[in-house]
Amino acid sequence: MNRSLKIGVMALQGAFQKHVEMLDRIHIKSETIRYGEQLRLIDGLIIPGGESTTMTKIIMEMGILPELEVFDKPIFGTCAGAILLSEKCDDPNIQVIKKTPVKTLRNAYGRQVDSFTESVNLSFTNEPFPAVFIRAPRITDCTPEVEILGRFNGEIVLVRYQKYLLSTFHPELTNDPRIHEYFIGMIDR
Amino acid sequence: MEKSSFELKIGLAEMLKGGVIMDVTTPEQAKIAEDAGAVAVMALERIPADIRADGGIARMSSPKIIQDIQKTVSIPVMAKCRIGHFAEAQVLEALKVDFIDESEVLTPADEENHIWKHDFKVPFVCGCRDLGEALRRIGEGTAMIRTKGEAGSGNIVEAVRHMRRVQQEIRKLTTLLDDELMAEAKRLGAPFEIVKQVAKTGKLPVPNFAAGGIATPADASLMMQLGAESVFVGSGIFKSDDPAARARAIVLATTYFDNPEKVAEVSAELKSAMKGIDVATLPESERMATRGW
Repeated sequence: MNRSLKIGVMALQGAFQKHVEMLDRIHIKSETIRYGEQLRLIDGLIIPGGESTTMTKIIMEMGILPELEVFDKPIFGTCAGAILLSEKCDDPNIQVIKKTPVKTLRNAYGRQVDSFTESVNLSFTNEPFPAVFIRAPRITDCTPEVEILGRFNGEIVLVRYQKYLLSTFHPELTNDPRIHEYFIGMIDR
Repeated sequence: MEKSSFELKIGLAEMLKGGVIMDVTTPEQAKIAEDAGAVAVMALERIPADIRADGGIARMSSPKIIQDIQKTVSIPVMAKCRIGHFAEAQVLEALKVDFIDESEVLTPADEENHIWKHDFKVPFVCGCRDLGEALRRIGEGTAMIRTKGEAGSGNIVEAVRHMRRVQQEIRKLTTLLDDELMAEAKRLGAPFEIVKQVAKTGKLPVPNFAAGGIATPADASLMMQLGAESVFVGSGIFKSDDPAARARAIVLATTYFDNPEKVAEVSAELKSAMKGIDVATLPESERMATRGW
């Protein structure tokens, strides 16, 4: 692991602290991001889970959208973060950043009582991953150039497209750093 | 597939961090809250200030109100049940609310026992005035702790008292030697295993939010600086003269709680906050924070 990298963790709202803790575990420096200009000083960005409606509101109010649109480093979006990275979301109130040619459907599995954990097979590692799905979205349409890294019951749950990694579940809520390590591996050095 | 683990319950609480949870009584209010950037709404028949004014017995909201609000918004919907009233909690679970608040704002149903929350699939949030109370609720299975404050008062003083007390007692635990922890657990009246865990990690094992009296953006900033991870705003929004603007301002003040210029900016355009009441003038029988133990 390259210890001089610095990863930004978007901290407008949501489970950002859990991502910071996971990055600490794998000895990667991180910085919480709440202002657009901070994006210029990081090597990669994580957009955490939380409420995509709330994040949309703050991104728009604080003028962060233009900075996100020109940001050209790798981005990892989990749950709400994956929704923001998608090309289109079923909910028109969500301001998507359109980095990845996939469509997302919010709260696709139902309410909190329908949240679940499940072992998911990933293409880049042998052991299954303990995936935590919380009011999770679904990735619906995917163009052929999007690489599918994980499926569960036929559903697409982890994808990569160029510099972008999207998961519909929450690797930051586990003790398993494999997906964060994979993301760090996507960063040019 | 595992569907009701403690990890999943805390997981949703994690997703609500750095956000504002707003009390609403109608689908229209719920929409205003969602549009302002609330991370969740608490679906109620009456907000705490009105419960206080009306008197009588305050119970779980009617399922119709909760369902109408669930149909209107896409963010999580919470609802309150009475302390110890596990049948109300079962009804709320059947309605698929996302979080149940076992709340002192409603009239307690059991003066001795709180709900055994491990039995439920839906996560719970419970109020506390000090660390012992927080750890007792965690022992019963709550996935989120909030200060009790004094609901419906528009007065932050009790929330500050409760948050400071919890934080002080956590700091104290981290300084104690192993052979002093049992005596401290006895003093706190808290489960020993959880006391040991807090002593080791220096924080609660579940998210710790603020509630009870938050009425302004600066109130939200104050609670976040005192260590809250999110804020609940009850009567503060819809008892003010400008609910939509106030809701938006409190959302921004919660994210940018450590930036006084930003808190000043979002506060500048607001009209009057709710009038509020001096908690010191409230007779013991009208205090909600002393309900439950």
